[in-house]
Amino acid sequence: MQPLLQLEGISKSFWGIRALDGAGLSVARGEVHALTGENGAGKSTLMKIVAGIERPDSGAIRFTGSAVAMIHQELLPFPEMTVAENICMGAEPANAFGWLDKSAMHHRAAELLARLGVDVMPGARMGDLSFAEQQSVEISKAVGQQADLLIMDEPTSALSDRECERLFRIIGDLKQRGVAVIYISHRMDEIFRLADTITVMRDGRPVATRPASGFDEATLISLMVGRDFDAALVRQPAQTGEVALEVRKLTREAKFRDITFTLRAGEILGLAGLIGAGRTEIASAIFGLDPAGSGDIVVRGRSVRIGSPADALAQGIAMVTEDRKRYGFVGDMGVRENVTLSSLRRYSAGGFVRRGAEDAAADEQIRALSIRAAGREQQVKYLSGGNQQKVVLARALLSDPAILILDEPTRGVDVGAKAEIYGLIARLARQGKAILLVSSEMNEILALSDRILVIREGAIAAEVTPSRTTPEEILSYAMPQ
Amino acid sequence: MTKTRKWPPQLGLAIALAVLMAGLAAARPGFITLGNLVNLVRQISINGILAVGVTYVLLTGGVDLSLGSLVALTGVIAATFAHPGEYAVVVPVSAGIAAGALCGAINGVLVTRGRMAPFVVTLGMMTSARGLALLASGGRPVSNLSTAFTRIGSGDFAGIPAPTWILLAVAAASHVFLRNMRMGRHVYAVGGNESAARASGVHVNKVKMVCYTVCGAMAGLAGVVLASRITTGQPNAGIGYELDAIAAVVIGGTSLNGGTGGVSGTILGALLIGVINNGLDLLNVSSYYQQVIKGVIIVGAVWLDRSKKS
Repeated sequence: MQPLLQLEGISKSFWGIRALDGAGLSVARGEVHALTGENGAGKSTLMKIVAGIERPDSGAIRFTGSAVAMIHQELLPFPEMTVAENICMGAEPANAFGWLDKSAMHHRAAELLARLGVDVMPGARMGDLSFAEQQSVEISKAVGQQADLLIMDEPTSALSDRECERLFRIIGDLKQRGVAVIYISHRMDEIFRLADTITVMRDGRPVATRPASGFDEATLISLMVGRDFDAALVRQPAQTGEVALEVRKLTREAKFRDITFTLRAGEILGLAGLIGAGRTEIASAIFGLDPAGSGDIVVRGRSVRIGSPADALAQGIAMVTEDRKRYGFVGDMGVRENVTLSSLRRYSAGGFVRRGAEDAAADEQIRALSIRAAGREQQVKYLSGGNQQKVVLARALLSDPAILILDEPTRGVDVGAKAEIYGLIARLARQGKAILLVSSEMNEILALSDRILVIREGAIAAEVTPSRTTPEEILSYAMPQ
Repeated sequence: MTKTRKWPPQLGLAIALAVLMAGLAAARPGFITLGNLVNLVRQISINGILAVGVTYVLLTGGVDLSLGSLVALTGVIAATFAHPGEYAVVVPVSAGIAAGALCGAINGVLVTRGRMAPFVVTLGMMTSARGLALLASGGRPVSNLSTAFTRIGSGDFAGIPAPTWILLAVAAASHVFLRNMRMGRHVYAVGGNESAARASGVHVNKVKMVCYTVCGAMAGLAGVVLASRITTGQPNAGIGYELDAIAAVVIGGTSLNGGTGGVSGTILGALLIGVINNGLDLLNVSSYYQQVIKGVIIVGAVWLDRSKKS
């Protein structure tokens, strides 16, 4: 029988970074196909290509059904409109003059909701519903559009157990109607419960596709991690000094709770975990980008209040953020202006910028980090991802921090620049900087860290030592129970 | 990799201005006389001062719609203190500027602490300040002003009108502030990427407060100059001035999204608007047509700028 969806040789690069490398996939009608793999393995990109959100650079897509619908991790409903209006969006019943037929809209919505057993009033305001209810409405909408392929990207990440059960029932119901579901998830229990077929992705392509019965949990995890870990990369444990940073019971409602750890000078402490586990939120709270609700931050023995990044920088804490475009740099400004932005006071006198000193500082950073730009005045928006990241690093380093927070420091960076950034991080630790490293790349965090805290659902699940752990062990702590 | 632009971004605008002036000089020899040129630079002074002020706000990515009303309010306040034989001339001048700065600071607080859209905040200020101007003057022009005060608007020095000297002074000071001082750098950072500026330790709210306050103070200065020039504090003065000022800034290449542009472009923009007004007058074009032509030129200038960049 011809499959509903057949993908062949799909490749896609962003800014020269390969996200998909000749990926293929085959999905049959009425099948629940689980797609799993590490963060950054290319699952979401592949699904965005299937849904038509991204275009592949090369490869073939054969789809024999009538419509594809994608239920995103973050839903995109119209919160000010009613449930019925959301369900009929883009296909509103109307008469010849374009006049909306509200009662037909209401009926269609009510019928769809009833069919899926969703207990929501068609007239309710979308924004008043819970996340789970909004999700059910989105699924109803997809069914109403005659979608015969439904893509769900980690649909249970924000659901309670009861809500999960209801979702699973709906998925079972869809399957009976011949709708195929591609189900992206990290959660082992869900995958084994729902899936007919499981595909594991790694490094931009599927590495294994088998019926669910052909896998067990251990093989699945080792397939996700894949490559044998390169022990030679492991950094020599550093000479650690005084405690530079102490965090006590740091908590923010619904994001993270009771985060307690110490970080010494010369030490690299890794925060591992899945995307959405709360690692970025913890880092942002320490840097004051998004201050915590409660808990203490102690810098060199003194309890400090950090309400903004300016406060953090004054305490000698600098951060390289995960979201480079948003927090990293001012694109219209040149390399020079970006690099000195956090430490301009040092290069000015009486409020006036001393251009000579500033130019020299910028040139020195460009040399030290080998930033490849047409000159110190080149606008940062025109640099490659790796060089932009080096500009952001240079800005953080120029503020001469004792504590450096690095959130995904090599995301979207090509292999060459990655190696340079690793070397730089190791050198900084040797120089006595205390480094908090957030990374989703298993190799990176294992190779660089002295200790690793595994964060699971906003709390510290375990502390491990890189030389005495395995990627499998870390992943098993990181997975939601 | 894109090459960095070597010639100054305002070069195109300067060339357009030169061509326009040459054309006018050819069509109407009266245009290029000393008398008319002095007249021209006097005419653009008030719009120029306002445009320099609103450049600060536009660079942060904000907007100030209250300038015209502030010109009226501060003119009335200055005139109230400028009757002959009452106060030294420094008093009405300071009162006008201080009133403008205060209103600008209120705009700034509402935008930063109040987290409201600059459009809405300054629209409110536009309406309230106009009302205050009418209240403070009882709805009538405040006249009978001292000659020391009226000389600010009508006097000259070295053949150049006093208002033009004032414009040159604020423009030069603003240029240095924005280009050479730390706070000026922070203005561009906030307008270019507010989140990144904050993450770099820039005090974003403080920067915005400075910009709105300076903008208000400049409106106060323009109000003083206008009251002095027309020898009355007019509560109905300045209607629509904010839009002419914003037009000058935008023609000058400052992005409404903030982060790029500067005072030198603003001055060229104000000059271009002034030359168009003056030239169309000399060509006896009806004022109705003048408005249509001005509108087309504003949009055309920005369109050219845009297509040059992309």
